[in-house]
Amino acid sequence: MKAAAAEGGGPCRADGDDSLYPIAVLIDELRNEDVQPPLESLATVEETVVRDKAVESLRKISQEHSPVDLEVHFEPLVKRLASGDWFTSRTSACGLFSVCYPRVSSTVKAEIRQHFRTLCSDDTPMVRRAAASKLGEFAKVLELDYIKSDIISLFTALASDEQDSVRLLAVEACVSIATLLPQEDLETLVMPTLRQAAEDKSWRVRYMVADKFSELQKAVGPEITKNDLVPAFQNLLKDCEAEVRAAAANKVKEFCENLPEDNREQIIMTHILPCVKELVSDTNQHVKSALASVIMGLSTILGKDNTIEHLLPLFLAQLKDECPEVRLNIISNLDCVNEVIGIRQLSQSLLPAIVELAEDAKWRVRLAIIEYMPLLAGQLGVEFFDEKLNTLCMAWLIDHVYAIREAATCNLMKLVEKFGAEWAQNTIVPKVLGMANDPNYLHRMTTLFCINALSEACGQDITTKQMLPVVLKMSNDQVANVRFNVAKSLQKIGPVLDSNALQAEVKPVLEKLATDTDMDVKYFAQEAISATRAVFALHAAAPSPPVLDANFEKQMEQQAVCFH
Amino acid sequence: MAGVAGGNDFQWCFSQVKGAIDEDVAEADIISTVEFNYSGDLLATGDKGGRVVIFQHEQESKNRPHLRGEYNVYSTFQSHEPEFDYLKSLEIEEKINKIRWLPQQNAAHFLLSTNDKTIKLWKISERDKRAEGYNLKDEDGRLRDPFRITSLRVPVLMPMDLMVEASPRRIFANAHTYHINSISVNSDHETYLSADDLRINLWHLEITDRSFNIVDIKPANMEELTEVITAAECHPHQCNVFVYSSSKGTIRLCDMRAAALCDRHSKFFEEPEDPSSRSFFSEIISSISDVKFSHSGRYMMTRDYLSVKVWDLNMENRPVETYQVHEYLRSKLCSLYENDCIFDKFECCWNGSDSAIMTGSYNNFFRMFDRNTRRDITLEASRESSKPRATLKPRKVSTGGKRKKDEISVDSLDFNKKILHTAWHPKDNVIAVAATNNLYIFQDKIN
Repeated sequence: MKAAAAEGGGPCRADGDDSLYPIAVLIDELRNEDVQPPLESLATVEETVVRDKAVESLRKISQEHSPVDLEVHFEPLVKRLASGDWFTSRTSACGLFSVCYPRVSSTVKAEIRQHFRTLCSDDTPMVRRAAASKLGEFAKVLELDYIKSDIISLFTALASDEQDSVRLLAVEACVSIATLLPQEDLETLVMPTLRQAAEDKSWRVRYMVADKFSELQKAVGPEITKNDLVPAFQNLLKDCEAEVRAAAANKVKEFCENLPEDNREQIIMTHILPCVKELVSDTNQHVKSALASVIMGLSTILGKDNTIEHLLPLFLAQLKDECPEVRLNIISNLDCVNEVIGIRQLSQSLLPAIVELAEDAKWRVRLAIIEYMPLLAGQLGVEFFDEKLNTLCMAWLIDHVYAIREAATCNLMKLVEKFGAEWAQNTIVPKVLGMANDPNYLHRMTTLFCINALSEACGQDITTKQMLPVVLKMSNDQVANVRFNVAKSLQKIGPVLDSNALQAEVKPVLEKLATDTDMDVKYFAQEAISATRAVFALHAAAPSPPVLDANFEKQMEQQAVCFH
Repeated sequence: MAGVAGGNDFQWCFSQVKGAIDEDVAEADIISTVEFNYSGDLLATGDKGGRVVIFQHEQESKNRPHLRGEYNVYSTFQSHEPEFDYLKSLEIEEKINKIRWLPQQNAAHFLLSTNDKTIKLWKISERDKRAEGYNLKDEDGRLRDPFRITSLRVPVLMPMDLMVEASPRRIFANAHTYHINSISVNSDHETYLSADDLRINLWHLEITDRSFNIVDIKPANMEELTEVITAAECHPHQCNVFVYSSSKGTIRLCDMRAAALCDRHSKFFEEPEDPSSRSFFSEIISSISDVKFSHSGRYMMTRDYLSVKVWDLNMENRPVETYQVHEYLRSKLCSLYENDCIFDKFECCWNGSDSAIMTGSYNNFFRMFDRNTRRDITLEASRESSKPRATLKPRKVSTGGKRKKDEISVDSLDFNKKILHTAWHPKDNVIAVAATNNLYIFQDKIN
């Protein structure tokens, strides 16, 4: 095994470095010291995926070493990588410091700290990036004194690096470091750098701050949040770059939720809400969309009165936004508002918004609103639905796009599950069955698909008395597609019907279809006949459902106990 | 007459020429780009046939210590193949428009090469060992009958003749509607930009399925199109700065920190036009064909049809230096327009210390300008002056009626022999000049 892999120290020559990936994984299985040389080579290749996997394997191995072996075998490897000529080995070294530090002697610890320091000021940006991304992890294993003396200076240096890509990684490290330091040290050691990052000239660094804002909030605690983070968050919400505003908008709900309870409401009303109001009419659609996905969550934090007075106008404004994604995001989060003020307040504006989305020129927008329909119907109630939304649901069934017709069918099924078979019988079944006479064969087929979806939810009675006759009639349809779908429908609804209907009505029709001139009709009819035969057999053998006896139940209980 | 560059008194002499001598030049052999790598050890050329040839610098031999070593072929590979865009019924040429080397990260070498539509990252690596002693196949590759194998052996690595392999590691495709004219690697060694006529995209070297559009100058109504992007380059040290030049003779410097979309420039470089020299062709000849930052990052150089200009990045309203490349062509613009030569895109380059600049001209002439002494020289890349270590004689074009001996008159210039692509070694005084299908390498001879 060893001979086949490259000698330690020399670069790996292989057909393609991607082929090294499985080797890096397999080497996991072997004994630690044997396995390190090939892993060391793999950690220097230029293919990032392979290097990362090799580093991962080395990290696992380090856990297996005893402290003595760590010093004898592992730490020298890390040292070699850290002083390697090529930057690839130095970047890999960055991932190995934290795993060997905790269990080595203090002299070796000092060496490791020194190596890390050197890599943080390496010439190549790649190495500095690797060091910055591992800074938090390394800080976690250091003793508090060293965090204060070493890590902070490294952190500040990386956070002021000339390369944007290095500075933005330092922001991530900020969260870890802030969590590790005691509260009183944060103000002097961490906050100046964080403030600098929140106002960095590069929008990418500010974006990272916005993205990590909730974690930062938790790490720095309520006092600093009030004094520093609130103004910083305001600035991010008003940032000149749309990407930053969108990232901050995404965090509005989480930020507000994690504010200290005592003056949460006051902070939100005075500082956050004005910015949010501006964002509702932002020029960039991604910003508005990000806001729409979280803004409803504010209602639970602010309570009923504030929601009605301040938030409701914002919801309504976004419900009328020109960008469909914004409107969809509002509609998908209605349940938060429902809890607080009830949906009736919105329903006036909700309906036009839903109708507009339901008729949008882009079919994917129409599809999205269909998917929310069962949820909305549940929240708005059956009367509202019948009055206003029923026609929409029917219209979708004859949409030009198949995906919409399919989703509409599924939608009907979910509505029936929600509102019940009786409602279905009164409101939708007649309309669905009416489509069976439509001149367009696609609509006639939609009737069959609906019947397939609804039969189980509607129950045997409705299926046999109302749906079955329609299906059987369509077996004489001119278009073969309709006829073979009749066969498929009969197969689908068979289990719902009673055996009389099956024998007397279904079987003859299937047999007739089995002699149809069209190949596909014949095929599907045959399939249906075989399937229904099985159903017949079931009905014949056990005309009534089996009754479980008391002993049987006890047996089941005992068995269940055994399995635990 | 003293040569140019560095202030030292030296002369340029012929070192090598690569390529066929025949008069009939195959179109596919025409060199379309030349580029030294960061150390100058490797020299890459791309041609119209989509091939890349890499030359490597051999160490100086002990018996001729006063000459630098030679460049010999290191690797040749087919980078791009001709393609056909079915949607638009257009051919996509395989011609290599640009090659850019990546900073070296391990024993292998990486370069980006691009044609009109697709950029590829190539890895060039050496192999001097191979595994021998496989169980299931013979040394010549024939499969062995598994049932005949009675013992197992472990393959061992044996030395072999050096083989240089080129393999495509990444393919960055489908991001450009128009023809790619430039690629440039960022100083963060993680990203690079690619520019076509109307858009500039930012790529991450590891990610091929996504790129960010950072500049888009396409007007809503294409009928309002007045200017296109002609070249773009990243700043050598500042990871957030890049420039792009236009067909109207302007250069825009953009800061990627300021906004995600860099449609608004941070600096705008344009020299006000001299009203006395205005003509029908003014706009065409003001189109910038190449823009290059100096190694220091303080200056940039632009090449338009008749001149080379050096700009200080701190001053936007005019260049700090202007050098006339072939002013004698100004009166010939009409005929140059008729034979389309007026649209030729000449490149330019700096020497390693930024003290000299070089650019090409017609008749296989190329020009060098010393920025300190303000001296300039015209040299010729021709087979006649291609004797080993022969010193290049300065050439002169006569404009007046009276032609001196050794001068050549404007009307005798061969406009089919154009030197569009040149490269200067990053450290030494070694230059590579592409003359149609031949690559000339010249070195200094220190007196």
